[in-house]
Amino acid sequence: MQLKPKYLSLLILVLLVAAAPLFFPSGFYYRVGALIFINGIAVTGMVILIGYAGQISLGHAGFAGIGAYSCALAPVYLNIPPVAAIAFGAALSAALAWVVGRPILKLHGYYLGVATLGLGILISMVLLNEAQWTGGPDGIAVPDLGLRGLLRDMGLRVGAGELWYWVAALVMILGAWLALNLFDSPTGRALRALHGSEVAARTIGIDVPRHKLHAFVVSAVYASVSGSLLAQMNRLITPDVAGFMHSVQMVTMAVLGGVSSVLGAIFGATILTALPQLLTVFHQYEHMVLGLVMILVMIFLPDGLLPSILKRLKGRNEE
Amino acid sequence: MSTPKSLALAAILLAMGSPAALAQIRIGATLAETGPAGALGDPEAKTLRLLVEQINAAGGVLGEPLELVLYDDGGDPNNARTYATRLVEHDEVVAIIGGTTTGTSLAIRSVAEDEEIPFISLAGGIEIIDPVHPFTFKTPHTDRMACEKLFEDMQAQGITRIGMISGTDGFGASMRNQCLDVTAGYGIEIAADERYAPGDADMVPQLTNIRNTEGVQAVLNPGFGAGPAIVTRNYRQLGIELPFYQSHGVAGQAYIDLSGAENAEGVRLPGTALLIADQLTEDDAQRAVVTAYRDAYVGRYNEPVSTFGGYAHDALAILVDAITRNGEADPDPVDLRDAIEATAGLVGTTGTYSFAADDHLGLDLTAFRLLQIQGGTWSETP
Repeated sequence: MQLKPKYLSLLILVLLVAAAPLFFPSGFYYRVGALIFINGIAVTGMVILIGYAGQISLGHAGFAGIGAYSCALAPVYLNIPPVAAIAFGAALSAALAWVVGRPILKLHGYYLGVATLGLGILISMVLLNEAQWTGGPDGIAVPDLGLRGLLRDMGLRVGAGELWYWVAALVMILGAWLALNLFDSPTGRALRALHGSEVAARTIGIDVPRHKLHAFVVSAVYASVSGSLLAQMNRLITPDVAGFMHSVQMVTMAVLGGVSSVLGAIFGATILTALPQLLTVFHQYEHMVLGLVMILVMIFLPDGLLPSILKRLKGRNEE
Repeated sequence: MSTPKSLALAAILLAMGSPAALAQIRIGATLAETGPAGALGDPEAKTLRLLVEQINAAGGVLGEPLELVLYDDGGDPNNARTYATRLVEHDEVVAIIGGTTTGTSLAIRSVAEDEEIPFISLAGGIEIIDPVHPFTFKTPHTDRMACEKLFEDMQAQGITRIGMISGTDGFGASMRNQCLDVTAGYGIEIAADERYAPGDADMVPQLTNIRNTEGVQAVLNPGFGAGPAIVTRNYRQLGIELPFYQSHGVAGQAYIDLSGAENAEGVRLPGTALLIADQLTEDDAQRAVVTAYRDAYVGRYNEPVSTFGGYAHDALAILVDAITRNGEADPDPVDLRDAIEATAGLVGTTGTYSFAADDHLGLDLTAFRLLQIQGGTWSETP
């Protein structure tokens, strides 16, 4: 039986996520796993924007910030239950992406990069400076989602680490499934067409601005949900989540693993989240090592790690 | 297709290793050795390494060697939380020292309280220990106490209207709020309230506003890092003659060097005994502790001591004292917590600590000394 690549990717993802805890020597690894999945969600959004539609963003951490702070503020000021706050943050991010995306996406290349960078920095500055609402640089506490309490009432006692491992995994797999579906849909094909050539896409009747905007809004929602989950897991959020470095991290993860493939990008998120834990001994050189890895990947494996490795393997099989 | 990923996973598991046998007392630390708060976290980490080495050379604690597991969180609360989880779940430490900044301390606190592991923070924010959390303690004075110490001095000099210029970083913003909170008790009015961002290179406009405010008698600058040094230089450039107060955030040689000794002349600030080790009188309770630490630190690293290293020194001293009194090399976390809370009259570099069930800071205003900069160095005001 021949599985469609889409289902093969999902199957691999599910198996890895389910099997990984068998090898965990301590509860700490659940925490790393959950962080990987939360980054994986944001990075899946980057695949849709960068990999499918060929647009760059250096400001998506801003949307993660909106998602995160929605979880902290909406339950307090608007009496929205914490679960709904995730949806509220996603809606807010989508609305902002919709409004800002229209003018911004007319830009190309470096100009688009700088414009999105500005957007991200603006959001980060608001979170940093409006201390009477956001708590300023020291951050703010996030109301409990109540999931653990709910499970306890049902007779299930789960540690916080394990719980978030499975919750983040579930959301990431759901997100990956949606992104993989999008790839083969008419919208996905239109995005890939305008990625190849905007002029050609226009001539065959694709509404280029509209499709770009869709990709931008969808990726903003992914970033927002990832920020919300981070906030809910940590129960404390600081403006770092919306910082420039976080934006760069998202792009780096996607590009490193392979920006045109969901599985590749999640692989990139895995490496860049787990690597700092490996490099704690020489933390001072962590950024140097990451930079070096990036440079080497861009020069020798321009498609990203996973697609390049697969291509090599496939090539060998055919010989 | 799954091969690369499972290989990577295997590599991660291998490299992280498994916890070593419990033949020693493991103490965990997560500090901002690098990043924006690196100037604070670096001396803290150096101090912990130096002291653990010294303690082990002298035979350890209860005959067992100490082992320090130290991570660099770069000042990012998300990292701090990850490392705190790692310290508790993976390294199985008896207690955690750390949290260079208030943000990272709050992140570590939630892990420590969840897992019931004693935690001693090195950050200034009052919210870390107010309200009291059972397993969380801290060694630095709060910014509220710094405000009170300065206002006490202003009150003594008959100053009632001041201008304030504060940084929008965590330290500056938090201290600004605390100062605004306690003004009433000292009959002080903040007539001008200016702010600057951490990266700003020129504060002349804000200082000009303060100078032009009617009846201002003194200026206070809560902030840390490069900001206060720039404010100090601008202050002299504008020829403002009013008394100038800085916070404990600048209590290090770097501030004097960055501002220039002639510009910093006469600046007043709350500081610790560590900065005036040589001027302490023979009968000063802190003299022995402070000079021993300073000589060891300078001898080892060949750089001046800072207040921040002193916070780490005190945290470790409190912990070692509590482990010794508890009398077990593999202490139960709850017993260790009780032992820390029972700390009384422990002389540190920052002050003399006496914790209580409703006081997890253990210092009072006398721990602060009002210092003045004279001739490029610190001296205690009479």
